[in-house]
Amino acid sequence: MAAPEKLTDTLETLEMVPDRNERIQLLIDLAGRFEEVPPRIARRPFGEEHRVPACESEAFVFTEERPDGTLDFHFAVENPQGISAKAMAVILRDALSGAPLDEVAAVPQDVVYRVFGRELSMGKSMGLMGMVGMVSAIAKQRAGGNGAS
Amino acid sequence: MSEIESRGYARPEVLVSTDWVASHLQDPSIRIIESNEDPLLYPSGHIPGAVEVDWTRDLNDPLRRDYLGREGFEAVMRRIGASKDTTVVFYGDRNNWWATYAYWVFQLFGHDKAKIMDGGRIKWEKEGRPLVKDVPSYSATEYKAPERDDTKIRAFRDQVLEHLQAKKPMVDVRSPDEYTGKKLHMPEYPNEGALRGGHIPGAASVPWAKAINPDDGTFKTGDELRSLYANDARIKPGDDVIVYCRIGERSSHTWFVLTNLLGFDKVRNYDGSWTEWGNLVGVPIER
Repeated sequence: MAAPEKLTDTLETLEMVPDRNERIQLLIDLAGRFEEVPPRIARRPFGEEHRVPACESEAFVFTEERPDGTLDFHFAVENPQGISAKAMAVILRDALSGAPLDEVAAVPQDVVYRVFGRELSMGKSMGLMGMVGMVSAIAKQRAGGNGAS
Repeated sequence: MSEIESRGYARPEVLVSTDWVASHLQDPSIRIIESNEDPLLYPSGHIPGAVEVDWTRDLNDPLRRDYLGREGFEAVMRRIGASKDTTVVFYGDRNNWWATYAYWVFQLFGHDKAKIMDGGRIKWEKEGRPLVKDVPSYSATEYKAPERDDTKIRAFRDQVLEHLQAKKPMVDVRSPDEYTGKKLHMPEYPNEGALRGGHIPGAASVPWAKAINPDDGTFKTGDELRSLYANDARIKPGDDVIVYCRIGERSSHTWFVLTNLLGFDKVRNYDGSWTEWGNLVGVPIER
């Protein structure tokens, strides 16, 4: 299964920045573009079914269906210092919203390492991979016609 | 008496307030060190003059599961411009979880001129204090460190097994769901890096964050902490205690509390923790 085109583009852009400090700055800039899930989609307290497992930054994932059946992804990150989670949310939102569901479902969790590099703590890796895994799981469920996100 | 001194800690001098740090930003005998879980935080802005010591890049052996050795520690200290006389002040995200981890690793090399900024990064931020992106540069030093001493504050698996057989106290500082092993059985939940869930038999459950005031991230008072560990873990100063979590990071926070704030004189952090114990063949596990 091919990766969603926008995700491939994003990863290639990041990998063209081999300098760690420059890449970090790029990710910080991405985190600055984070927009919380709009109130028309979800309001606090967010349902536990939307909580990303293992994410200590308390990330939540929400979806909105497009007319063509693909999904827009929205996020909330409750930890005000969860800057990596916010950067990951922006990447996933921009790269996977509107992408074919079978492609989103096939995104591997270790894409996190292509974004952040290998120098992540175990907890941070698991939390970020949990975000990817939850998005993929939702897409897989929808692609299978199982309904709710 | 300062507010921190009034809290009844055994060693109040190991904690400093955000006010204290703000008034020592230009003090050449002080090196402020940020240690975070999130690798983007320090570069996004930090206390003026603060350097970063990163757990994964700076404090771990890149190949085997262990901490850096003497030469590596010397290189870190030389890079941040610290001498034997420099007082290092750690702060960081997640209620100083990673700051206390770095503090603990520094103690393996005997750098005891070390403090924690109470409340950590979030308190500094909430108080509207300045954060800058400029990465400071300090003149390299000729820091000489002793060999790492793992005997006093670090425990290994065989010692944990002996501790367990001797029925000495242990504190599991993970979340209740990790302690009971429930988390490993949640559908599609990452497996926490361990094949088995549960806890080391006999270990009491006292999640690390219970030592923190949730509103501002500061440490609870001495009386509150004494009561917490006496009631929930049935331990007291003078006991021989081992603490553990998943990889030894959260338990370094509890190690800091027991050792410095409550004056326990024999507390060891089992950094192999659940990622080792939960994968070991044949060791006892309790749920």
